[in-house]
Amino acid sequence: MSETVRSHTVLEEEDSQKDKYLTFIVDGESYGIEIRHVTEIIGLQKITPVPDMPDFVRGIINLRGKIIPVMDMRVRFNKPFREYRERTCIIVVDIRDLSIGLIVDSVAEVVNIPSGAVAAPPELARRGNRFIMGIGQTAGEVKLLLDIEKLLTDEEAEQLLDN
Amino acid sequence: MSDQRGDPIFEAYLAETTQLVDQLEELILACEHDGWFTEEAIHEIFRIMHTIKGSSSMMQYHNIAALAHALEDLFSHLRDHPSDPADWSGLSDLMLEGVDFTKVELHKLRNGEPADGEASVVIGKVDRLLEALKLGPGTGGGAADAGPASGGGLRQYTARLVFTEDCEMANIRAYQAYFRVKDWLADVRHIPEDLLNDPEADAVVRDQGFRLFMTTDRSLDELREALSGISCLKELELREMPPGGEADGKRDASGADAGGAEAGEPIATEARPAGGEPGNEPGSETGGESGGESGGVSGGESGGVSGDGVSAAGNAGGAPRREAGNPAPGSPHGTTIHVNVAKLDELMDLVGELVIAEAMVTQNPDIVGLNLERFQKAARQLQKITKEIQDKVMEIRMVPLATTFQRMNRIVRDMGRKLGKNVALRMVGEETEVDKNIIEHITDPLMHLVRNAVDHGLEAAEERLAAGKPETGTITLEALNNGGEVLILVRDDGCGLNRAKILEKAKARGLLHRPEADMNDREIFQLIFLPGFSTKEEITEYSGRGVGMDVVQQNIAEVGGTIAVDSQAGEGTVFTIRIPLTLAIIDGMNARVGGTLYTIPTTSIRESFKARAGDIITDPEGNEMIVVRGECYPVLRLHRLFRVAGGLADIPDGVLIMAEQDGRGLCLFVDELLGQQQVVVKSLPAYIRRLNRLRGISGCTLLGDGSISLILDIQGLFNINHEGEYSHVGNRAEPYGA
Repeated sequence: MSETVRSHTVLEEEDSQKDKYLTFIVDGESYGIEIRHVTEIIGLQKITPVPDMPDFVRGIINLRGKIIPVMDMRVRFNKPFREYRERTCIIVVDIRDLSIGLIVDSVAEVVNIPSGAVAAPPELARRGNRFIMGIGQTAGEVKLLLDIEKLLTDEEAEQLLDN
Repeated sequence: MSDQRGDPIFEAYLAETTQLVDQLEELILACEHDGWFTEEAIHEIFRIMHTIKGSSSMMQYHNIAALAHALEDLFSHLRDHPSDPADWSGLSDLMLEGVDFTKVELHKLRNGEPADGEASVVIGKVDRLLEALKLGPGTGGGAADAGPASGGGLRQYTARLVFTEDCEMANIRAYQAYFRVKDWLADVRHIPEDLLNDPEADAVVRDQGFRLFMTTDRSLDELREALSGISCLKELELREMPPGGEADGKRDASGADAGGAEAGEPIATEARPAGGEPGNEPGSETGGESGGESGGVSGGESGGVSGDGVSAAGNAGGAPRREAGNPAPGSPHGTTIHVNVAKLDELMDLVGELVIAEAMVTQNPDIVGLNLERFQKAARQLQKITKEIQDKVMEIRMVPLATTFQRMNRIVRDMGRKLGKNVALRMVGEETEVDKNIIEHITDPLMHLVRNAVDHGLEAAEERLAAGKPETGTITLEALNNGGEVLILVRDDGCGLNRAKILEKAKARGLLHRPEADMNDREIFQLIFLPGFSTKEEITEYSGRGVGMDVVQQNIAEVGGTIAVDSQAGEGTVFTIRIPLTLAIIDGMNARVGGTLYTIPTTSIRESFKARAGDIITDPEGNEMIVVRGECYPVLRLHRLFRVAGGLADIPDGVLIMAEQDGRGLCLFVDELLGQQQVVVKSLPAYIRRLNRLRGISGCTLLGDGSISLILDIQGLFNINHEGEYSHVGNRAEPYGA
């Protein structure tokens, strides 16, 4: 009996995260990432630059003794670098034991986008498009939903394009 | 059985049995190498099987117990009938089969699976062998001939200890002497026989001296050293008996008396002069000879050759190997405990935190510049204790490479047989210790290198003979300490790397980015570490399973090590692995460049100094150099190399740090030195490492105030400088840092 109750709560928790996206703004554009990948949101910290990294890897930060890299989403999406401001945030995401901080202009809100309201991205090979998992519509607004996993693992391809 | 993991008895059983099985495997390999099972080894194997049988049936792993039981029976027979001329090589095959079976079962248990393997096949084989042994005592050429063979690997010694006249309780002194060496002895007799309870013993020892007849694998010098330490000793006569005298000395019922008479007579061969052949391990020589005599074991010639191999190994590190092999036979069980490595890791992390916390307190910005005499005194005490704790924890984690090296024995043996090659494995310096974590990371690469050496490195026997080399190929594993790092060399005396073939392959795969003529041999050989490179066309069972040398390099790089290869056509190949002694904590000098902090390992720093603007020389290509005491060193400006914003531009304003590696020097230009401290090395995040763009940075560390400092990789900096890659970094639109 207790077993069924437990699995029920697990399901519920998964359920409560399903279809939920954390949205943030980068260069005026609204993006969303699945909430289950997000560990925490922190303010800007002192970033220690690491040499020889691609531009979008700004360096590493000390997150309570854990050292994680931070990635500037503006630069990642080939937008011009902008000095960090008060509202600049770092979203810490955790995927397959890999922690990374995403620097965004500002964090907006958590929204619910049912899978029915997500459209497949257009098959346009525009750069940066590869990370778009789908286009979500909520309350008349359009959010670009990011495939975080791809964002973190597509480095090799990215580098080849660079050279 | 259900999952018992976590149950202390179960864990203890696993740990103990695993250790015993490892010990067993090593013993079998050693015996096989010598050409037979010595009496001592048979006893030892019997004891091991007995223990495994006992504990396995207690744990109700009946298949393991049944197998152990069968093997115990077999060895019990061998023990009682040492003259049985067994098929030793078949026996070791069978034993190894048993070892493998038990290992598989233990592995299952460790993973929480039931030990459900079917042991009956192996048991059947064991029973058949035992039957054959019982039936065939007559087939084997007489017990008398086999007599000396049973002592193979062992030597006979006689000793007479005479105590000073004023010595009280000479029998007790004699017992002390006996006690000192008894753990070494495979067989021992002494006169008087009963030292402690016989009232006459004291008088006999006093009048005639204490006589010992020993059979042991120890050298004369070791025995002499042990025996001569007894107090009140007036005279020590120690002789080695000629092999022929053995039968009288041991087997004869009146052996004690006969031996006693002999000891006094000049028939006994002179003891080897001390230091004449220092490392010549007893047993290796006998092993070689007897291998030759018995012929059928492994071919007379190879027996002799392998004997040489051992004695050569004995020269360098024979004694430690024995010790590592039989973990302190005499030591009582209470002195060691098994500790889960995870706990040690946690302890290590905590000590790391402690070191940081200590720095936070003693270098707290709030007390900078204050004159706090008592505080400083207490802080120094704290520092001292922290350092000691840290050293101890490190020490606990240090493991000799011997176990790792010995695992290669089995690989060499199995592969050599499969491929029909005679291969001897030599080990040098296996007592060298490195951090447990590092051991885990280098085992696979080492295995790969050894496999490669046997498979590709060593030629087939005919080819070797045609090239005028001994038929038996030799692979040498060598470890040595070199400052803060350990070098491991894997050397073979095979055909060497094929320069032309490597070049051809590299070209075909588009891996060659420089004109051939510009590359020296070393650089060409280094190409084999590139991903996607493998010169062997056909895939064999052992190597070339799509795993290339690049993986070896990666594994080694993960622990901050490097690998290089050198080869001489027709003479062999040497792989040199350099690994740090420990990963965890280093002494470092912190330096600042612009807003970024760097830590340089203190072991690499020769000196630091200020320079004048005029001291810097610039060559036409823009490379800067400085002359210090008549020697010219390159200057690397860190802010330029790492594109750090805000670094000082004028040489006189900053500081030059002369770093050194392998005798080469390099001056690093930084803004200022912040001081020296112990830092806990953390690896950079996996994401960053995966980008694989790091040059000159080996890791990072947290300083007392929570800021991050990057640890410089001096070797890497040398490479950058060597390549002259200053401008190659890629043009970035804007410098780092905010």
